[in-house]
Parts: sequence; C-alpha cells; structure tokens
Amino acid sequence: MTTADTQEPRLYAAREPVFPRRVKGRFRTLKWWIMGVTLGIYYVTPWIRWDRGPNLPDQAVLVDLANRRFFFFMIEIWPHEFYFVAGLLIMAGLGLFLFTSALGRVWCGYACPQTVWTDLFILVERWIEGDRNARVRLWHQKWDARKTRLRLVKWTVWLLIALATGGAWVFYFTDAPTLLRNLLTGSAHPIAYTTVAVLTATTFFFGGFFREQICIYACPWPRIQAAMMDEDTLTIGYRVWRGEPRGKLGTPGAGDCIDCKACVNVCPMGIDIRNGQQLACITCALCIDACDDVMAKIGRPRGLIDYLALSDEARERAGKPPRSAWRHILRPRTLLYTALYAAVGIALVVALFLRQEIDMTVAPVRNPTFVLLSDGSVRNTYDVRLRNMNLEDRTFRLSLTSDALLRIELEGTEELTVEVPANQMVLQRVYVIAPAGTPAAEAHRTGLRLWVEDLTSTDRAYRDTTFNGRGE
Amino acid sequence: MTAENRTPQEQIETTGHVWDDDLREYNNPLPRWWLWTFYLTIIWGIGYTIAYPAWPLITQATPGLLGYSTRAEVAAEIARVQAANAPIEQRLVETELTSVAADPELHQFALNAGAAVFRTNCAQCHGAGAGGVQASGYPNLLDDDWLWGGDIEAIAFTVRHGIRNATDPDARFSEMPAFAQVLSADEIAQVTEHVLALSGQEHDAALAAQGAPLFLDNCASCHGEAGEGMRDLGAPRLNDAIWLYGGSREAIAAQIAAPRNGVMPNWGDRLSEAQIRAVATYVHGLGGGETLQ
Repeated sequence: MTTADTQEPRLYAAREPVFPRRVKGRFRTLKWWIMGVTLGIYYVTPWIRWDRGPNLPDQAVLVDLANRRFFFFMIEIWPHEFYFVAGLLIMAGLGLFLFTSALGRVWCGYACPQTVWTDLFILVERWIEGDRNARVRLWHQKWDARKTRLRLVKWTVWLLIALATGGAWVFYFTDAPTLLRNLLTGSAHPIAYTTVAVLTATTFFFGGFFREQICIYACPWPRIQAAMMDEDTLTIGYRVWRGEPRGKLGTPGAGDCIDCKACVNVCPMGIDIRNGQQLACITCALCIDACDDVMAKIGRPRGLIDYLALSDEARERAGKPPRSAWRHILRPRTLLYTALYAAVGIALVVALFLRQEIDMTVAPVRNPTFVLLSDGSVRNTYDVRLRNMNLEDRTFRLSLTSDALLRIELEGTEELTVEVPANQMVLQRVYVIAPAGTPAAEAHRTGLRLWVEDLTSTDRAYRDTTFNGRGE
Repeated sequence: MTAENRTPQEQIETTGHVWDDDLREYNNPLPRWWLWTFYLTIIWGIGYTIAYPAWPLITQATPGLLGYSTRAEVAAEIARVQAANAPIEQRLVETELTSVAADPELHQFALNAGAAVFRTNCAQCHGAGAGGVQASGYPNLLDDDWLWGGDIEAIAFTVRHGIRNATDPDARFSEMPAFAQVLSADEIAQVTEHVLALSGQEHDAALAAQGAPLFLDNCASCHGEAGEGMRDLGAPRLNDAIWLYGGSREAIAAQIAAPRNGVMPNWGDRLSEAQIRAVATYVHGLGGGETLQ
C-alpha cells in the first residue's frame, strides 16, 4: 500500500447548502396539486365525523388503541381482523413495487412526506427570504437586523407548520375536538404532549434543516429501489447524445445544452442530473420543467432532460424517436404487480362483505388432552371466545355437530346460551363429552364442528375442531 | 487534490490508497454532522454513566445521581398493582364463596387471580393444567370425582388446611391400614378381584365371590358396601372409572397391601384469605365443581 505524499484527503465534509430556485411547468403544477391533496387529507381527516350511533365514537377515522378498535368510515376493525391491516400493508408494498418498476422513484419525488413537507418549507422560505439569489446572498451576509428578522419569521412559520403536523397526528388516536380542547387547556395526557412535541421537532428539523440529507444518509428506500428498476423503467435522465458537447448558445458544433445550470439551480437535492442517474436523485422532475423552459426560450424542442428508459438509448442515439411511455410501462413485470395488487384488494373487499357480526374462536385445552369422568365418559375442554360486534347485547347459543355421539356443556351454567354484551368479547369454557365406550371416547381423534347462533338475528358461525379420546 | 488522488478515467477523488498496483478507493466523505453526532453520543454516554447506575465497584455499582434502580421500580410497580387490587380483594374476602359467581366482575377477578395462585403454588403437584399425576398419586382436579368434596366450600377448606399434614390441627385426616399385616396374600388377591368387579372391570368371578365377605369385613366401613366411598374420611369411590393410584390389578393389590396416603400442605399459612378464595374459585370452575348441598 502506498500513501499519497500530498495533502491528506478529507474524510468529513460540511453540508453544501442547497437553494432551489423557483420553477414553473407541468411537473411543478402536478406537484402542487399532490401536495395540496395529500396535506389536505392528512390535516382534515381526523375532523370528519361519522355517526355510528350511541356508545361508539363519531370520528370517521380513528385508531382507538385503548379499546382495540380501528374505525374507518363504515368499517370497524377488531383486533382479530388485523389481516385487513396486513392486507393493506401488502397492497402498499406491492403498490411501491409497481410504481418503482414503472416510474422509478416516483414515490420519493412526489408523495413521500419528507419531500412534500420539505417542498412546503422551501415555499415558505421563498416567500419570506426571496428566490434563490436572494437566499444565497442572505446566507453569505453577516447577521444584521434584517437577516435576524427574516430568519426568525421563517423559523416561526416553520414551527407553526410543524406544530400543526405533529398536532394532527395525535388526533387520529382519540376524539379530535375533545383532544384539541384538552391540549389547549393543558389537561391532555402527557403522552399526547410528548408525541406532539417530538413530531413537531422532527418536522421542523427534517423539513427545515435536514432536507436532502434524510434521503441521502438516513432513508433505506433508495438502497432497495435499485432491485425493482430495470432498463424499461421510466426515470429522469439527460439526453447526452443531444446535449453534448455543451457550450454557450451559438457555439459552433455544440449540442442543445447551453450549460445554463437551470437544472442544477432548481434541484432540491443539489445535484447535477447531467451526471446521470444517481443515488441522491429523488426524481422530482423539477429539472425537466426548468430545462423545458430554457429550451422553449432558445427555440429547441423540449425534453433535453426527460423521463427516459435505458432501453431507448440505442434507438435515440441512432436518431429514432423513443418508444411510447405505455410500451415501457405495460410489461410483464408491471402487469404482474398490478394483478397481485388487484387480487389482494379484491380479496379484502370480498372478506369485508362476507364477514359476520358474530364471531368465535375455539382454542382446545390440551393440558391434559382429555379428562376421564367417573362414569367412564371422556371430556374435552375448549376455550371459546364469543364476539358480539353488534351495538346491542345479544344471546348466543352454542351447539355442536359431529358424526360421533357427543354432548356439549358450558361451565357455570346449565343452559347452552351465553349473554354477550354489545361490542364485547366473552370467554366461555365449553365441555364436550363422549359417553363411556362410544367410538369417540375410545378413538384417538374425532372431528366436530362447534356452532354459535345469535338468537336475535339467527346469524350463525362455526369452527371445526378436534375431540381427543382415550385411544393412542 | 492532486492528479494522483484521482482515478485516471473519471477524475473522482480517491483516498490515495492503492492496493495491487491499481485498486483504489473512492473518497466519499461522510457529512460533518455525522462526526459531531458521534462526539455527542460520547458526551451523552459519559453523562449517562454519571446519572444512572453504571461503573461496577467491589460490592455494588455506582448508584448514579438520579438514584434510579430497577429493583425499586419493580417494587413500586408491585405495590401499585396491590394497592389497585386491594378493594376487590376485600370484596372477595367479604363475599360468600357461593355468591362469587353471581358477580361477574368479582368472578372474573377471582378466576384470573386464582389461575395465577394455582400456577405458582399448586401446579408443582397437580400439574399446570390441573390434570394431576397418576403415577405419583396427585389427584386430577378436572374430573367429577372428589376425595374430600368438590363444592367450593370444601375445596377452600382443603386448600386452607391441607391433608394429612402435621402443621395444621384442622387438616383433613384419615389413614388406610396396611392390610398385608391383616390379610394373607390369597385374601388380598380375592379382595382385589372383588374391587375390580365393583368398578366393572374384567375379573375372576370365583375369586371375586370369595373376596366379597372379606371386603364387607375389612373395607366397607370406609369405602362403603358397594364401594361408593366416603368423603368425610377421604375414602375414594371404588366403583367408578377414576383411580388415585391406578386401577389395574397390580395397582389395586399394591394399594391394599401397603397403602399410600397422600399429603397436602396447609396453604392457610402461606396464602392470603383472598388468594385462597381465588384459587378455590378457579379450581371449582375447571369442570368438576359441585354445587353446595
């Protein structure tokens, strides 16, 4: 190993501040719309009311951790139905696969909260401190009264946005109007204040100061996205063959790129897209807008920087037009992701419509597997959980069906009925008895089906389980 | 930055390290704040060891300025739970055992608390599932056969005073004599056949007939003429399918010749009144519980 005898290389580098310039264009407009819709959904949703009748919360979307319920408009999810949430998470994952394989890091560029809030913070920054050049000057100048005033105003507005962001989060977990009143009067739970404080601080810091560093150094998503992209993925690129060699307008033999650095100046990540796809690029498409603007001014066709697919490079270098975007998007991989996404979605909808207002789970007690009674009969025990998802008390009747001669009894009652209060779960110990000498008593295992019937609605549900006899 | 620190092709800065003639390492400097964060964690770590128990000394660790202790935290948590349970435990002590089931909240508390008491104190002999251990003669508490009574008061009494122990004068007590000193080997075999007949098992009818008068003379005073047992004496039923020490010919003969007499400690000394009532409620609700006559 040899070491250069010159100056030691730097192992640490200070952050290069980024001052994105204002830009107008089709993608910028799209991003404003997406920002408005996503932030609107986030801030407004907890305040939507939904009448569910007495004794139940009237908040449309509510994660009720204390009572272990998740309310989403007309849907009420119980803990045993968590597969709905799991299904939604699987759909979210497949959706990311689909969008990444079709359009690259489109999530990062348009919908990621880090991007959306940073975009909002940069907008505030521009309103208060001016556009790129003014901000660069302000950054380099000494601290005077004006700089202090501008900085304080900016930080205050950021802090208010951050407070609203952290505040909105806790409203999803309890009744929003009540919590807001409690928060303002100082009587809310300490956890609510802590959560608001932490989320306010992270929003303020990540959106105001950390920005692109989250994407470059903290986020795992850019690292795994490469696995989902291929040569047909549409991602943002620079048409090298058209732009190079770059040079001032009018330079003989120069390409379309006039090296105006518009694409660099608008970039919120502070990179030069002309160096090619790179880890720091979140594909926000603002460089496309900036370059299209310049191309229009110098009378060249748009799209020097554009959504491109790697597989088109050879065609374009040969002077042919690129294939249409749909040719790239519709390919077996994306169709497969779409099919999987749709299958999970349809399965969830079907499950939602098929689910019943009553439910039970049966847990056979296997210690011991069976009990021998004094008359020689054999008894098995089952812990049966009965759920009444109705809004009124219901009487459930338990019964069993089996090919074998079996009898059912309930602990603590001579009856075969159980009162289950509204919106609650009751644990009932259930006995199944095979009379002495019958096949089920002597066999190793016998199948049986336990039924529960709601005597009011006559809804029925069943669970199949096993009866253990004395046989080996 | 010198030309030597750049790769010839791409003009990207390298660390200057070169292996195997041409293998170089790109220099991608870490952000400066990363370094500061690292220093900050060191400072935090030093502060932490001052504030919390940390450095091991000879007898104990440094206590830390905040006086934090996991043991104290656990003790406080236990005290908090006990204080929270005190009212309902008081209610359990004041309620008739037979009325506990009528109060859903109290009943649920007794079942849960009783299950915990059972697993801590009773499961060692009776098994975690209360199924007993046949080979060791620990009774099954799930079935409908009880030696000393299966109503909730009888269960609570047994738990409180125990069986055949020397520590509680009120312990349930009885002793089956060793009939090997009273009956001959042939007679024991005859009585064994009679007991097998009483419980409806396969037996030698001739020997059983010879054993019947012997059973009446020696066994019926406790176990009853038909082998129906006697709970006041803890004498088991012999005419059913359940056997404390086994129902085979060999096991019955062994028990007649040299009986085993099981012992249970008196838990009144160790458990609180509320715990005894809770565990009695729990055991009563396992499937064999009888209604108080």
